[in-house]
Amino acid sequence: MPQLFKPSSNAWARSSIVLAVVLLGGLGGLMFELIADSRYATRQGDAREQPIPFSHAHHVGSMGIDCRYCHTGVDNSQHAGVPPTKTCINCHSQIWINSSTLEPVRESYRTNESIRWTKVHDLPDYVYFNHSIHIKKGVGCETCHGRVDRMPLMYMQSSLEMRWCLDCHRNPEQFLRPRQFITTMGYEPSEPQEQLGVRLVKEYNVQKLETCWTCHR
Amino acid sequence: MMPKDDGPGMNSPMSEQSNPLNVDLIQKRLEKAKGPGYWRSLDELFSTDGFREFLHREFPRQASEWPEGEGEPGDDGRRNFLKIMGASLALAGLSACTKQPPEEILPYVEAPEKLIPGKPLYYATAFPVSGIANPVLVETHDYRPTKVEGNPQHPVSMGAADVPTQGSILGLYDPDRVQTVNYIGDIRSYTTFLETMVNALEKQKAKNGAGIRILTETVTSPTLFAQIQDALKQYPSAKWYQWEPLGHGRRMGAYLAFGQFVNPVYHFDQADVILSIDAEFLASGQNGVKHARDFASKRSVRGGATTQSRYYAVESSPTASGSKADHRLPLKPSEILSFVMSLKGALAGGSTQSKFMQALVQDLQAAKGRSIVIAGADQSPEVNAVVHAINDALGNNGKTITFTQSLESKPVDQWADLKSLVADLNSNQVDLLLVLGGNPVYTAPPELNLRGAFQLAKTRVRLGQYTDDTSEVCQWVVPEAHAFEQWSDAPAADGTVTIMQPLIAPLYGGKSAHDILNAFTETPELSGYETLRGYYASKHAGADFDKWWRKSVHDGWIEGSTQAAVAVKLQGVVSPSAPVGTASGYEVSFHADPYILDGRYGNNAWLQELPRPVTRLTWDNAVVMSEKTAKELKVEDEDRVEVAVNGYSIWGSVWRVPGQPDGAIALSLGYGQTRIGRAANGAGFDANPMRTVANSVYAQGATVKPLGNKFRLAAVQHHFLMEGREPVKSASLEEYKKDPEFAQKESEIAPKGLTIFPQEWQYKGYAWGMAIDLTTCVGCNACVVACQSENNIAVVGKEQVLNTREMHWIRIDRYYSGPSDNPQAYFQPVACQQCESAPCELVCPVAATEHDAEGLNNMVYNRCIGTRYCSNNCPYKVRRFNFLLFTDWETESYKLQRNPDVTVRSRGVMEKCSYCVQRINYAKITAEKQDRKVLDGEIVPACAATCPSQAIMFGDLNDPKSKVSQWKQEKTNYSLLGELNTRPRTTYLAEVRNTNPQLGEA
Repeated sequence: MPQLFKPSSNAWARSSIVLAVVLLGGLGGLMFELIADSRYATRQGDAREQPIPFSHAHHVGSMGIDCRYCHTGVDNSQHAGVPPTKTCINCHSQIWINSSTLEPVRESYRTNESIRWTKVHDLPDYVYFNHSIHIKKGVGCETCHGRVDRMPLMYMQSSLEMRWCLDCHRNPEQFLRPRQFITTMGYEPSEPQEQLGVRLVKEYNVQKLETCWTCHR
Repeated sequence: MMPKDDGPGMNSPMSEQSNPLNVDLIQKRLEKAKGPGYWRSLDELFSTDGFREFLHREFPRQASEWPEGEGEPGDDGRRNFLKIMGASLALAGLSACTKQPPEEILPYVEAPEKLIPGKPLYYATAFPVSGIANPVLVETHDYRPTKVEGNPQHPVSMGAADVPTQGSILGLYDPDRVQTVNYIGDIRSYTTFLETMVNALEKQKAKNGAGIRILTETVTSPTLFAQIQDALKQYPSAKWYQWEPLGHGRRMGAYLAFGQFVNPVYHFDQADVILSIDAEFLASGQNGVKHARDFASKRSVRGGATTQSRYYAVESSPTASGSKADHRLPLKPSEILSFVMSLKGALAGGSTQSKFMQALVQDLQAAKGRSIVIAGADQSPEVNAVVHAINDALGNNGKTITFTQSLESKPVDQWADLKSLVADLNSNQVDLLLVLGGNPVYTAPPELNLRGAFQLAKTRVRLGQYTDDTSEVCQWVVPEAHAFEQWSDAPAADGTVTIMQPLIAPLYGGKSAHDILNAFTETPELSGYETLRGYYASKHAGADFDKWWRKSVHDGWIEGSTQAAVAVKLQGVVSPSAPVGTASGYEVSFHADPYILDGRYGNNAWLQELPRPVTRLTWDNAVVMSEKTAKELKVEDEDRVEVAVNGYSIWGSVWRVPGQPDGAIALSLGYGQTRIGRAANGAGFDANPMRTVANSVYAQGATVKPLGNKFRLAAVQHHFLMEGREPVKSASLEEYKKDPEFAQKESEIAPKGLTIFPQEWQYKGYAWGMAIDLTTCVGCNACVVACQSENNIAVVGKEQVLNTREMHWIRIDRYYSGPSDNPQAYFQPVACQQCESAPCELVCPVAATEHDAEGLNNMVYNRCIGTRYCSNNCPYKVRRFNFLLFTDWETESYKLQRNPDVTVRSRGVMEKCSYCVQRINYAKITAEKQDRKVLDGEIVPACAATCPSQAIMFGDLNDPKSKVSQWKQEKTNYSLLGELNTRPRTTYLAEVRNTNPQLGEA
């Protein structure tokens, strides 16, 4: 019986194994990359269920309440802060006092138990982000959180991945705005961003901090 | 300086000799040798096999394998490893497909005033040890106390804190504390307890309280004293006794000398000559922080100073303080009293033979009114009294030593008090016994049989933090509140009273002594706050009480409460009878442990794992003896021996310590506890039974019998060695004056700019750097605990310390030079040197350690895959690897303690000193928000903040006016292993000692 396989078949067989491993590995890597980066994994754009369907669109968009009325820590602490129940009650002891939607707020105030909000912008625990310095350096709320005034339920506008942070840390001039417009929603620069950004970087002494211990420690 | 080859250190050709017969030869060489040749231990000096093993392997043999008990039976380590690795790889792949688990935010219902989430708040209070307040500021995050700092505005603390104070925060969160009110093992409510108390007291009314006995530790709290006085007024026949094992000599010595209880306050900043007799006075004990600060001010040669105080030490066992001495004399415990008496005689004109004594007398006489002789607080009252007389003769009293009224509310002979209590108990007089704090059943000598006597009292109530020996014999056990959980008050060492405020509600329902004493009143449930405030409202004159109270609580002390100096007069001639001639056998001296003291902090794992400054031991005490004594007994380190004296014996491991007097054995107290908690149980042996009332300082006629087996001690002596180099540099003051640049000349520093990189990085912004002054470092280890507390550093336990896996980011190396029986000791704190050309960075395959623009060597935990290449390549051996999951992720209470600004590390990552980058970033952000640069002194790393002698300076090297830049301009400045051209950002100022030319190099 003649030989079925030529001697060169060995080479083909070996290289096909190598090729398969490389292809499968590459495919795995690609899948990993795609999934880890996907909106599924980062929850970007995912409106989260909350105990009270609090609408930023209503409070910010329609009522025009400034961000800092509730997020009081934003310009002096690392956390912007979620307001205490008392802040809600300030108004809601006068208006919508019988709304069943707001019952959890009243219950919290009555029982002195906190409202349990689900965290929307959840950085990993090894990231030490500080709101106050970003506010000081001219990074607007909108720049990271998006058009909050158009969000009936809160979701994450940006991925909060490290590469997204670095986009701005490497080229801050593309994103800065004058301090008086920090909380403005739908801000349009009055001059071209290329000129404005460069000017603000100088004026606000904005540094391009890219070293690890800036955020991780 | 002698050329290196002549030194007796590791560079000498003798390192080939491991034959024990050559020890004598080495001794001879050491005697002849001049100039420092530094060694860490006797093993290194004699170059034993064990030492060389440590040198060549950073981690001992098999340190990388699974610890016992990890693998399943029959499994070999490799197979187990492959299984786990396979599983974890698969899981790592899967983890990319999962989302972060959802987290919740629970905002306040009504936000408290002043609290901004994310910003720490600081509160002033105090941590009293033996009734003496250590004034502190406690950092709280969302009302969780996380870190203790000294109160910078307080005249006694000046921002620094000693080891027990730094460790106190872990004690607060100790999960082993008593958590409920107990009645013979059953849980009861505090109200039930109060009912029992009130009923028991009601019955006592008829007999004027004749059956009531209160036993407390030393009471200094003005409020508690007033409460006790009130109680005694209601029950005139009741009796109050005080006892604690520490400080007897100091208290009674002053009484013996002056006929009244006074409190000596030492001013080391005015002393040119210092003599310490068995005294651990630097950064330890009452006023230790101030002592260290003042001592350093007279020792430092920064800023061109050319004078130093001269310090002699006479010791029955080496202490950290004594290690700083220019000349040290080891004496057997029984010879101490005769020494001070002959010193007194010699100062009065008597003759003396000893060269040491002659030099000492000459120096002391030349510095009349400018010297201090200080005896140990736990030396005998007689020694303390004679020392007071010597100071009187030298004219020091009223100048370098001032006196105040005793800080104790009612100073008494506490041994007599304890004996009276036992007599009362034994004659069945006691119906109600209140034991408030302390652990007398454990600490009192067995001849008093407290365990038996206590049980003769009908109702026994105990206020304590732990279920210890004393709790065991009491029916009622009430959890005692930690100092940071209660309202109280206590005087600092200068008498300034601190009103202590609680920082957190009692975690385990703890009560204070004030609460218990309120049971004697009409209002047994009055709170501690009301008690304190009520007391001060009754004392305060003027209408502004509210304002005064707020200010006093806020500042951390009551203004104007500092004790005025009082004049003292020596009572006749203090001449105690000389000790009887030495009996046969060995002498045994008893010493409080430097950190856990009499055992009260025994369950504090930070303090247990902190290497003792002299013995370098962790987790155990040992039978400390000299090299010669060990040879005589034919024992080596870690050999178990039986030491018997006074009819009691203990079994312990031998630990040879250079500088220990021959024929004398030192035992430290506080160990051998069996039931208080996870850290203390089973650590060391209990030496208390060997003490008697008469022989509480030392005992004679002890026998030592080798048991023929070994028990390993976790000493960090040989861990993280830097081979064959001279890390410590020192010179005598005379040599320094001749050649101030001695330290720089000695090391072969690579020329500036020598680098293989084409372009050198320019540090344009900040350039952080540190300088450590070895002259003023007193080796107290407070920096190590401060760092541990600030940076969430894990405790690893004894088994892992034996494997060289302790995690401390900063270590204090101790070196010796000179003759092995009485060498000079040197301390050197070593943390990450933040090299500009860091060897660790080049070898990391995953770029987990990187350099930043301000010169910091960044360590990124979430990149680290645990190759440990960096640690291998680090010449300073300052990187620490999480071989196992060392951090306790489970215990709820510890979670509250962690600093939220620092990552809690998990298994498999490398970590190291970061110069407290969280503090750097905090200061930078604060400065940027105010549109300015960071000011000099605005950033203080945890180690520098707590340093009692201010030996650590941190700041911006690009600012020529910064303090650290000025320190680095000093001529004594040198880089550790500078010849490696790593260009470390941390440099050292070489040690300068004021040796007496008459005595030569000690």
